[in-house]
Amino acid sequence: MIKLLKMMRDNQDRILTDWLDGLKASARRRDLIGDVEVKEHARKILTLISNPPPNTVLEDFSSEGWQTVRDQLMEISISRVAHGSSPSETAQFLLSLKPVMFQLIREQLTTTPDELFREIDVTNNFVDAMALHIAESYIQSRDKVIARQQEEMLELSTPVVMLWDGIVALPVIGTLDSSRAQMVMESLLQAIVQTNSRFAIIDITGVPTVDTLVAQHLLKTITAARLMGAECILSGIRPQIAQTIVHLGITLNDVVTRSKLSDAFRLALERSGRTVVQKAGNAPVVAPLAGVS
Amino acid sequence: MERIPILRIGSLLLVTIQVDLYDDLALQLQDDLSTRIAELGATGVLIDISALEIVDSFIGRTLANIAAIARVLDAETVVVGMQPAVAITLVELGMSLPGIRTALNVDLGMEYLRQAATGGDGVGTDHYAE
Repeated sequence: MIKLLKMMRDNQDRILTDWLDGLKASARRRDLIGDVEVKEHARKILTLISNPPPNTVLEDFSSEGWQTVRDQLMEISISRVAHGSSPSETAQFLLSLKPVMFQLIREQLTTTPDELFREIDVTNNFVDAMALHIAESYIQSRDKVIARQQEEMLELSTPVVMLWDGIVALPVIGTLDSSRAQMVMESLLQAIVQTNSRFAIIDITGVPTVDTLVAQHLLKTITAARLMGAECILSGIRPQIAQTIVHLGITLNDVVTRSKLSDAFRLALERSGRTVVQKAGNAPVVAPLAGVS
Repeated sequence: MERIPILRIGSLLLVTIQVDLYDDLALQLQDDLSTRIAELGATGVLIDISALEIVDSFIGRTLANIAAIARVLDAETVVVGMQPAVAITLVELGMSLPGIRTALNVDLGMEYLRQAATGGDGVGTDHYAE
């Protein structure tokens, strides 16, 4: 195989040119990844393959000597994921190397058919191994991106907002599963400590369904807040949800509940000794809500 | 043996737990507190656990016991400054400590105890009024 590697070294420029031509010919979305970058990737890979550490053979891609190539493939897959290339496009990038190599072997290593077949077989297996590796790295990189997005979504979905000095609100949106409930609980308790708030309003207008598990999570959060010295008010309970709660036999006796966030806010203001008054001369055009005036 | 100091402020007792509360120490505290409440005729006990980071069911139960003992001796107990992690742990252990009064910090706890001592019966939520 020394011959094969030597041939690659001697013809590196030609292989690169042919390879890139082959890539251009195959249907590739050029808007995703620039020609310059593709060329750079191809050049790096070629250089690394042509100049392996001593005693490294093409037959065994998993050997220690090819680690640099594998790392480079990982790097390429990461950039491909970021550009939005598909897995097949990413694999095609390496598979396009095959015809180029075969052509070169046919031209330059003309010996016996047996030997020719062996060279082609080795090259074929090596390129396949690289393609498989880059496909796997591609999936790994994508999994990482998905995991990160999931985490970010989890954090974004539990914002704690400060309504007034000493009053925080937590609008919960989306279904509360165990991991989210944990996150909700932690962020609310943290916010209570940080803002020194005596009142916390949990608004569940955005929660589509409340089952026993969700109710249990909410009760735990409310109890934990009470242990810290803050009072929780549960708001945004829609009529259907109120019915569900009663039908399920969940008791919310120890919990202060209000149907709307505004009612909960008013209650919190009242309990902290504040009232909202209508300024004279600014009478509303429509009749005020019952209880406000 | 190590002891947790109990400070007297007027008719109130202030306990700040600054070390890891192991079982013997908690029992010792329970003992000392009941003695002091009876001795001084204290009307309120304030336990600051803001430095407490680790809690188990025994500590939770001891806190509940202290509050119950104090009530028998005619004193209100307020636990202040519980850390979020401690609160979550207690809830997960199934201890909601219904008999214990809580407050965010020493300041608010003190305010509540003073009001409870001067007029209000301490029940309900009126103590939040400023």
